[in-house]
Amino acid sequence: MSSVRVLVGTRKGAFVLSSDGTRQKWNVDGPHFGGWEIYHVKGSPADPNRLYASQTSGWFGQIMQRSDDGGKTWTTVDNKFVYDGPTGPHLWYDGTPHPWEFKRVWHLEPSKSDPDTVYAGAEDAALFRTTDGGKSWHEMPGLRTHPSAPQWQPGAGGMCLHTIIQDPANAKRMYVAISAAGAFRSDDGGISWNPINRGLRSAQIPDQDAEVGHCVHRLAMHPSRPNTLFMQKHWDVMRTDDAGENWREVSGNLPSDFGFPIEVHAHEPETVYVIPIKSDSEHYPPDSKLRVYRSRTGGGEWEALTKGLPQRDCYVNVLRDATSSDALDPFGLYFGTTGGQVYASNDAGDTWNAIVHDLPAVLSVEVQTLS
Amino acid sequence: MIRIVLPAHLRVLAKVDGEVSLDVKGEATQRNVLDALEARYPTLRGTIRDHVTFVRRPFVRFYACEEDLSNEPLDEPLPRAVAEGSEPLLVVGAMSGG
Repeated sequence: MSSVRVLVGTRKGAFVLSSDGTRQKWNVDGPHFGGWEIYHVKGSPADPNRLYASQTSGWFGQIMQRSDDGGKTWTTVDNKFVYDGPTGPHLWYDGTPHPWEFKRVWHLEPSKSDPDTVYAGAEDAALFRTTDGGKSWHEMPGLRTHPSAPQWQPGAGGMCLHTIIQDPANAKRMYVAISAAGAFRSDDGGISWNPINRGLRSAQIPDQDAEVGHCVHRLAMHPSRPNTLFMQKHWDVMRTDDAGENWREVSGNLPSDFGFPIEVHAHEPETVYVIPIKSDSEHYPPDSKLRVYRSRTGGGEWEALTKGLPQRDCYVNVLRDATSSDALDPFGLYFGTTGGQVYASNDAGDTWNAIVHDLPAVLSVEVQTLS
Repeated sequence: MIRIVLPAHLRVLAKVDGEVSLDVKGEATQRNVLDALEARYPTLRGTIRDHVTFVRRPFVRFYACEEDLSNEPLDEPLPRAVAEGSEPLLVVGAMSGG
């Protein structure tokens, strides 16, 4: 029988939640790395027991962890992230040039085929890679040295590379997203990159449809439709059907088109989920009701999913890496909140239950479907 | 023998309990002591000072003999009591938080 493992990164450690395929009773294991911020934990698709974790601290910097037994035990691996070559400036919050400085790893994306290869998205924005299971990390500098990079600027959370998507149909094609630079695509395995932000409009930048400068919060793709991407931007939910060449807005009837995560149904490529947040200055749900919105039409028309979620006095946020899904049928969807709840639905979002109520603020959620 | 007291998070990373004692090659300076510490416990590399520049991380401090040595030159000799092992070098995570 299948089972699921939910890897949760929080402000004060990592937790591993596990259940059988019914997803009704859960075992909670943790905290691992107690007291440290765990920005992301993710397993290798090629070897599900191989996990990688980004462990950080304002005091002691970046630590990288690896597990070879599904999170039972962990080994510290290399934490040396050094930019490859001269680091020019990007724009600082006040518009002045500011030198590139490594701060932390936000997102880990293991290769689909090789458990020793992992991509890491960093703040200040850059793409790193290990090909030896974390023994060494090397920057892929073509992104950071793109001619537009001096115009990139941090969002409120820092200038982070937070999304990495590998095209399942084309091993040379990858997508990344950076706050607040925008989305980028490589067609040569990450050597060179181009912005793919045509169609985005952002009122927060002087040139609202500029080539770069957009605060993209998250991208999502269904593996059967690699040219279709969905985007939750700072404001606006967007869609492209030509691999990012052109985007169009699909916010439709959402109560707010501000938010952080976006997720695609594992079995229905036109079914998309977002969690609206009231505004960029009020990081909590509209009307103090925590609602997941589902579109079965690829955006545009959205329905509120509320059963089991708090519908009054709710002021939590759901961060960009804090949703995930399993591959079971019926489809399972998961998200964590800044209030420390991890909610799960084992019926495609129709009903929800909290697996845990009182974790530290959740930074990331990843789900593994195990057979 | 140089004695070092690490903050709790770094003791966990290094998998040590209590104080660390190190033989340090050459004079007992910040640089030599940290070189010896990182050679013995490689998981501490990058947690106290930068991997490349060796600049102390901003929220890490060095105390000994009731003095703040954090901003002393890296190659300045540490106090005699630290060099002789009668007093430890304290590596401290700065107070902050809410």
